[in-house]
Amino acid sequence: MRWETVIGLEIHVQLSTRSKIFSGASVAYGARPNSQACVVDIALPGVLPVLNRGAVEHAIRFGLAINATINSPSIFARKNYFYPDLPKGYQISQLEHPIVEGGCITIQAGEQEKTIRLTRAHLEEDAGKSTHEEFHGMTGIDLNRAGTGLLEIVSEPDMRSSTEAVAYARALHSLVRWIGICDGNMQEGSFRCDANVSVRPSDSETLGTRCEIKNLNSFRFLERAIDYEVARQIDILENGGNITQETRLYDADQDETRTMRSKEDAHDYRYFPDPDLLPVIIPREWIDQLGEKLPELPEARRDRYIRDFGLSAYDANILTATRELADYFEQAVRLLPEQSKLCANWIMGDVSARLNKEGLEISQCPVSPAQLAGLLLRITDNTISGKIAKDVFDSMWQGKGDSADTIIDARNLRQVSDNTEIEKWVDDVIAANPQQVADYRAGKEKAFNSLVGQVMKTSKGKANPAQVNAALKKRLVI
Amino acid sequence: MLNASLRQLSLLLSEKKISSTELTHEFLTRIKVLNPDLNAFITTDEEKSLNQARLADEMIATGRSTPLTGIPVAQKDIFCATGWLTTCGSKMLSNFVSPYDATVVARLDRAGMVNLGKTNMDEFAMGSSNETSHYGPVKNPWDRRAVPGGSSGGSACAVAARLAPAATGSDTGGSIRQPAALCGISGIKPTYGLVSRYGMIAFASSLDQGGPMAKSAEDLSILLNAMVGFDERDSTSLQREKEDYTRDLEKPAGGLRIGLPREFFAEGMSSDVSSAVDAALAEYRKLGATFVEVSLPNSRLAVPVYYVLAPAEASSNLSRFDGVRYGYRAAQYDNLEELYAKTRAEGFGEEVKRRILIGTYVLSHGYYDAYYLQAQKLRRLIAEDFTKAFEQCDLIMGPTSPTVAFNIGEKCGDPIQMYLSDIYTSAASLAGLPGMSIPIGFGNQNRPVGLHIIGNYFREAHMLNVAHRYQQVTDWHKLTPPESGN
Repeated sequence: MRWETVIGLEIHVQLSTRSKIFSGASVAYGARPNSQACVVDIALPGVLPVLNRGAVEHAIRFGLAINATINSPSIFARKNYFYPDLPKGYQISQLEHPIVEGGCITIQAGEQEKTIRLTRAHLEEDAGKSTHEEFHGMTGIDLNRAGTGLLEIVSEPDMRSSTEAVAYARALHSLVRWIGICDGNMQEGSFRCDANVSVRPSDSETLGTRCEIKNLNSFRFLERAIDYEVARQIDILENGGNITQETRLYDADQDETRTMRSKEDAHDYRYFPDPDLLPVIIPREWIDQLGEKLPELPEARRDRYIRDFGLSAYDANILTATRELADYFEQAVRLLPEQSKLCANWIMGDVSARLNKEGLEISQCPVSPAQLAGLLLRITDNTISGKIAKDVFDSMWQGKGDSADTIIDARNLRQVSDNTEIEKWVDDVIAANPQQVADYRAGKEKAFNSLVGQVMKTSKGKANPAQVNAALKKRLVI
Repeated sequence: MLNASLRQLSLLLSEKKISSTELTHEFLTRIKVLNPDLNAFITTDEEKSLNQARLADEMIATGRSTPLTGIPVAQKDIFCATGWLTTCGSKMLSNFVSPYDATVVARLDRAGMVNLGKTNMDEFAMGSSNETSHYGPVKNPWDRRAVPGGSSGGSACAVAARLAPAATGSDTGGSIRQPAALCGISGIKPTYGLVSRYGMIAFASSLDQGGPMAKSAEDLSILLNAMVGFDERDSTSLQREKEDYTRDLEKPAGGLRIGLPREFFAEGMSSDVSSAVDAALAEYRKLGATFVEVSLPNSRLAVPVYYVLAPAEASSNLSRFDGVRYGYRAAQYDNLEELYAKTRAEGFGEEVKRRILIGTYVLSHGYYDAYYLQAQKLRRLIAEDFTKAFEQCDLIMGPTSPTVAFNIGEKCGDPIQMYLSDIYTSAASLAGLPGMSIPIGFGNQNRPVGLHIIGNYFREAHMLNVAHRYQQVTDWHKLTPPESGN
């Protein structure tokens, strides 16, 4: 039987506000345990939550970016359960009237574009952390993270493969960073995925029984966990079994998913509207103001790059992966408007490769867009060859000169296009390599390339390669 | 001195006829003598109180005083106060010393009042007799066999027995008004949202409201001036222009239209209470008031609605008492589940556990719609009844409690009978309306009776005016209980 995979994702995005969603404590990562938990965060008797306006603005920005409905009033509800790192014994979250409802996001599924619908996105507070190491049979509780604002983004079951799920997660990851509501740091848990996975016969319309997989904190784990889970479910079904609805945990070390709790053990969270927080009324003007301040979104930019700069969809996609990268590209192109393809190639090629190699972000790139444009200009006006340009780029990267021109002049790298000089180098090489000359004349084409190389070497790479070719041919024919 | 009004005390202090230190010392001494029997206070701390008194004396000496500077006040043990044991009447918090101040405490501190100590109360404010307190029952100073009412029973007792010039209370379904009535003092629960709930340990967040308890309406108005105010730390706190609640005290009561809800004057009210209420209404007639019968048809559902919503919120509010971070923790446990179960089984009393169970039940999957949502709908209907009634009258009056104080132990075994103590007060709480109680005489066994006055939203100044006019022509509020019980 042929099977179809159905995937929906729930993604927790940690909001990059300065303070927590219901208290004034800092959300900075990595502080001494419990040093960033105020009386509200540790839930002393009598304390009350006060909603962080910034968190609401972040949620609205997200809603606008995905063309969703912003609900007003939006209601906070209590989700009740006991856990040591949940100080109040309930989490303030949203059930009915989440702040963001609907909306969609476009992903690149192979060559195709595909639209993934979102169900909702709601605001909630994070819990603290329990640590079991270093306490010898006891549990340590760190409440620094307790009360940090999260946006839980829930998709419709619109994805049909782990590849699509990863593409969606990546697109969302890119978007939340793009609009500045999340730092996207997956190691620190700023972007966490849970996947709802089911399979069904490919001709079926009804959804199969799903399992929720938790703890997917990298795109790689997301992909592998889904692949494992799909294979597991198909295996069960093909052997005549049934899927039990349950929550499963992905174990990256074993590369498998395991039962965490079954539906029967599921909590009754006893949601009810939080009486400590009033319904949030969001006036139209507030939404409009935030909309005006929203940057041009990745999809719009991608389209513009294809339309105005003639880039391929593939290139446009890569260049709009982050706002910083796209901005870098645009700043370079602005200085070199006729050479958008050259700019794109260099940024996706040499610049990205070097950044990767050194583990840097584009925002930390030692070569500015203006410097890069200055370098590329010298390729286009034949001052230097592409090969020399790589050399100059390396010097710029190492800070040996402010501009390409300074480096070219200082190191005397200007391309030589003076035919007299080139012909002199050619003559020298022919005289010094009688064997290769004889080989070429005997029909060995390879010998020609070797001779070109010799001339370039003699010229220290500065000779105009096209002119060298022409001059050599002319001399050898005689 | 013990019977002096806040205005008189303020005058004595500002004229330096007495110092705050002397005044505080006098009340502390009185507490030392009488509290062992009355049990109105859970905690006193002479050193802390006298330190505050000295600061108040400095404020007065340097001309920085307010009308409340130097006057001692008893704080209900539901209010967190820095450095004070804050138990909320529970074993669960029997070791909890608050590291922060409730807004009410901070405001009264800033006004220069002296914290005399923390008063006894029903555990987590759940009770109408003060008998659910982990710290034992409080006695009614008028008859020490009787309860003082609850949950602010310690505060009511302290004011009635002149252990404190005034006290703070909190009211969720009647917890200021009912004990004020049963102890023969005055108390007001303001409109929901006027007094900050920050630092007032939550019972039912959508109903809880702090307020003053004192000897007279005039004293209440002075205290209210200091207690009311927007607080950015309480999202349900109202942003309104500051009011002077003393401004209308002396206005004549002529032309006042008093609404008498048919439902409040029906079966259930005992005859002694009924006669006292009739006499008080006759007094108002003499003052020029007229009466109009109004109807609050849904008010008969107030108690059941209250006992769905308040426990629902409480079941969640009390989840934080888990033995993990502060408060009581069971001595023996083998795993997390047991830590929770034993801590909460041992740390909470019967009534609190009963309400947590009710609340958990009504919020559970499959019951939420039938109980919680239905109760919310009825809550709106109850509030709408009042809106309609206030189209016909300025204020609503009736009995605060259906009976005078009952004996300690009398209703302990019968929660339903106990819950009916709040039959007249819970409707106003559900509607978020201001309500107050003033003493209007005595019923059976010479135990006090209170008159319940309900106003429309933000009509506190008017309610206080109407109560004050009555207290100018009557002496009930000036009577004091016998010094040694009877």
